[in-house]
Amino acid sequence: MSTSNGMTSIARKFFMALSGFFLIIFLLQHCTINMMSVFSSEMFNSVSHFMGTNPLVQFALQPVLAFGVFFHLGMGIYLEMQNNNARSIKYAMNKPSENASWMSRNMIITGIMVMLFLGLHFYDFWLPELNIKFIQGDMTGLNDAGNFRYYEELQHKFHDPIRTGLYVLAFVFLSLHLLHGFQSAFQSVGFRSNRWSPVIQKLGNSYAIAVPLGFIVIAVYHYINA
Amino acid sequence: MDLTLKIWRQKNKDDKGALKSYDIKGVSPDSSFLEMMDLLNNNLIEKGENPVAFDHDCREGICGSCSMYINGEAHGPDRLVTTCQLHMRKFKDGETIHIEPWRAKAFPVIKDLVVDRSAFDRVMSAGGFVSVNTSGNTQDANATPIAKAAADKAFDAATCIGCGACVATCKNASAMLFVSAKVSQLALLPQGQVEAQRRAIHMVEQMDHEGFGNCSNTGACEVECPKGISLENIARMNREFLSATITSES
Repeated sequence: MSTSNGMTSIARKFFMALSGFFLIIFLLQHCTINMMSVFSSEMFNSVSHFMGTNPLVQFALQPVLAFGVFFHLGMGIYLEMQNNNARSIKYAMNKPSENASWMSRNMIITGIMVMLFLGLHFYDFWLPELNIKFIQGDMTGLNDAGNFRYYEELQHKFHDPIRTGLYVLAFVFLSLHLLHGFQSAFQSVGFRSNRWSPVIQKLGNSYAIAVPLGFIVIAVYHYINA
Repeated sequence: MDLTLKIWRQKNKDDKGALKSYDIKGVSPDSSFLEMMDLLNNNLIEKGENPVAFDHDCREGICGSCSMYINGEAHGPDRLVTTCQLHMRKFKDGETIHIEPWRAKAFPVIKDLVVDRSAFDRVMSAGGFVSVNTSGNTQDANATPIAKAAADKAFDAATCIGCGACVATCKNASAMLFVSAKVSQLALLPQGQVEAQRRAIHMVEQMDHEGFGNCSNTGACEVECPKGISLENIARMNREFLSATITSES
């Protein structure tokens, strides 16, 4: 996949798609676990504790996830810079909306907005978790009262309407990103057929609406019930 | 029809260039876009001005020479036609029409609306061919049985005229649709199998070397292609290239 000039454009898009598939699967499991908090605080606490203390998740899957996120971002920015360089003089008059969707033309914008949100999300949840578990060394997952702390921390974060609003906005950008990204990833790995591509298109659209909508429901639910 | 034309004028490849405005009167709605350009050039020559340089040859949508970005779209507002097949009835009387050359780093402007598309030739030279023994023992191509579906797809891919509208319209100036059509028209046929791996690798490498952008799968190229080349070809080239890089020994 590499040449004397480095990785080829098709190989870059292939790895971009692979990291995209990985993040799509991750988002689905993340949304599923978070959705438990809407139905049962005990179930959410139990699963959160398992995910937060299981060595396989913490020391094998989490580094892979971090690599996947930063690779997807870094490669996306690199491809965008290459693409901008491929047309140094722009058209005086251009009508891109005549032949391509807004989502497909603005993946870098929606992607960067999601990544900016990840900064807030890490600050809210990931960094405090790292502090408690690996700096303070408290792997019990319990608060001062001796109960699991995960559900209570989740509700505390969504007490703030501005934070909840930012989360909702980020999930709208995530939806826009996925509306093109899902089916585009299949094309990048060479999968396209008259029989299955329409199914993938519908599945992608459903996923791109359902998963971000699920995250929005979770955020708004905890804001209302905080 | 009376029209105002805003046309890109550029003396040579080193000139900065700029849009220049021209008024043209008495254009027939039944005339082709290039006939309108001929009328403009006649007017300019009569006034002692330099005519607008633009590529054209067959004027029937076959050669792929004509290449104008008209009112923000490659080959203008009509679909499945080249600039030479575009008719003035697609425009309104009194309209202002923007006419620009293809814009891509790999397609430098030579003069006015003429761009250098030799990057496509170099991509073809890298592998867009079938090596055939022509010493007198050449086998009749029709002697090789080919499935109808494969022949149809190969023929569809082979209708690409290499005009460059895909590059011009792609937001990344990607040449994936062109290269994939050329890879597909050979890869789908048994005669093209012998060099399939080498072809995919070398043509993609040359495409990247020419400075075309990456494919974002927006589908704009397919919409603007005057021959309706399908995105299916890009997926096929991705498959050809990825499998070739894993299995090729060269």
